[in-house]
Amino acid sequence: MDGLISQYIDPYYLRILMLIGINIIAALGLNLITGVTGQLSMGHAGFMSLGAYASAILSMQLQVPYPLALLAGGLVAALFGLLIGIPTLRLQGDYLAMVTIGFAEIIRVFFLNFGPGGKAVGLAGIPQHTTFSTVWLLVIAVVLLNALLLNSRSGRALYAIREDEIAAEACGLHATRYKVLAFVLGAFLGGLAGALFAHYNYYIDPNIGSFMKSIEVLNMVVLGGMGSIPGTILGAALLTVLPEMLRVVAEYRLLFYGALLVILMIFRPNGLLGDVRIYDIKKRLGKHPERKEVAGC
Amino acid sequence: MLNLELREVSQEFGGLRALDGVSIKVNPGEIYGIIGPNGAGKTTLFNIITGIYAPTEGQVIFRERPINGMPPHIVARLGIGRTFQNIRLFNKLSVLDNVRVGAHGVTRSGLLSGMLRLPAARREEQQIMSNAMELLEVMGLYEKRFEYADNLAYGEQRKLEIARALALNPALLLLDEPAAGMNSTEKMELVDLIRQIRQDRSLTILLVEHDMNLVMNICERIAVLDYGRKIADGPPKEIKNDERVIQSYLGVEA
Repeated sequence: MDGLISQYIDPYYLRILMLIGINIIAALGLNLITGVTGQLSMGHAGFMSLGAYASAILSMQLQVPYPLALLAGGLVAALFGLLIGIPTLRLQGDYLAMVTIGFAEIIRVFFLNFGPGGKAVGLAGIPQHTTFSTVWLLVIAVVLLNALLLNSRSGRALYAIREDEIAAEACGLHATRYKVLAFVLGAFLGGLAGALFAHYNYYIDPNIGSFMKSIEVLNMVVLGGMGSIPGTILGAALLTVLPEMLRVVAEYRLLFYGALLVILMIFRPNGLLGDVRIYDIKKRLGKHPERKEVAGC
Repeated sequence: MLNLELREVSQEFGGLRALDGVSIKVNPGEIYGIIGPNGAGKTTLFNIITGIYAPTEGQVIFRERPINGMPPHIVARLGIGRTFQNIRLFNKLSVLDNVRVGAHGVTRSGLLSGMLRLPAARREEQQIMSNAMELLEVMGLYEKRFEYADNLAYGEQRKLEIARALALNPALLLLDEPAAGMNSTEKMELVDLIRQIRQDRSLTILLVEHDMNLVMNICERIAVLDYGRKIADGPPKEIKNDERVIQSYLGVEA
């Protein structure tokens, strides 16, 4: 199947499609932490970097099979999510943001000095196992699992913490426990995305965990709509395609990019799909607003 | 057996003594009112009972079990539900989801069993759903179940808070100014509603309220706080005629 795809799709577009898929997985991870549970994390690229390096080193040095390397990438990131989540999730808002920035920066500097990771030069020659179908099958699986989670008792608990932590605890819900859970699951998806990227891109360096990358993923979640699965997918797709389309304006790219974000935030402060529900659309169209319960939509 | 007992409870914030040796005994099935001027310590008292603060001194005993110092989510699971003075709903969740989250403390399906929709989790989910629907009907919010909570009118939001607290199936319900912002018709409905749920669910209710008509009408006993001290308690008739209460709170009729 991947043979057919590469035959019919231009390599440039194929690369963009791959990156969209990988970014969707990373952004859905951050969406769990920041969009759904409301814990502002500005270090998501740190988890992606951990997943990328862990999986790359496992495949290159220990010849670990590709699926296991992917899984390990996710698990290493999840482990770090747990380790930094337990002490820091008592912090709120700005403080948590600062700790997560610091965490990602520590990871980046660590890989700058990490011998087996090639230090500043990075790692080249990672086996290119990641194909179009791997990425998009994983996207489908991750979206499904996200939807199942957000429509369960645990998912409602996560949303409730975002909305009002004190009221959530008055409902008998252990907020810290659920925040750590969201952090671990989100970190896992970040690590998985990093591992996919490493095995697609052939080459990684410490800058894949830069602050700018963290902000980029955060933008995807905020632009698409906090806590919304379709919104996050849309945000990830737009913010992957947009910088490419803006290549025309060359060095003014970042300027345009920034201006677009500002404009969107003025007109859709909750993100593109943040508070859009099928129920409300039907009601506005005057149809019978009967709806199945689907959170995150 | 008492439902709730406070023994010499004191709370200090820095140098401020917000509560000073307050003792209260609430019988099962009772509607018990707490009144007093602003800043008397009423909400502090609620926050101590629900575990948001651990009292500086004294004990809180709920159904013969000391609960002071327990975290809020454990207190909730033991069977104490509450509403908040400044409404605290999950604004961007549907009315129905607000009530379903309310059942969190009395349900247990975990991450995986919930995600994989295992039979036990499915059954529990159906139970949560039918309870939530029933509560929404009782509170007259059934038609609005898919609306975002912040789209409700003020009075409806107060009712939704009660519905959410009841989803926990509590033995004790704390209502913090449930009638604030309601007009007189809504207040009358609220009184009927509170009486009805007390009866249907064999609840004990502790309420803070500024509307004296409502308090005197609905409460079987009342405690009066002033500057963190309890200055009187007893049935409404006694409270109305208590010299100290009239002086500090009720005021003298011209």
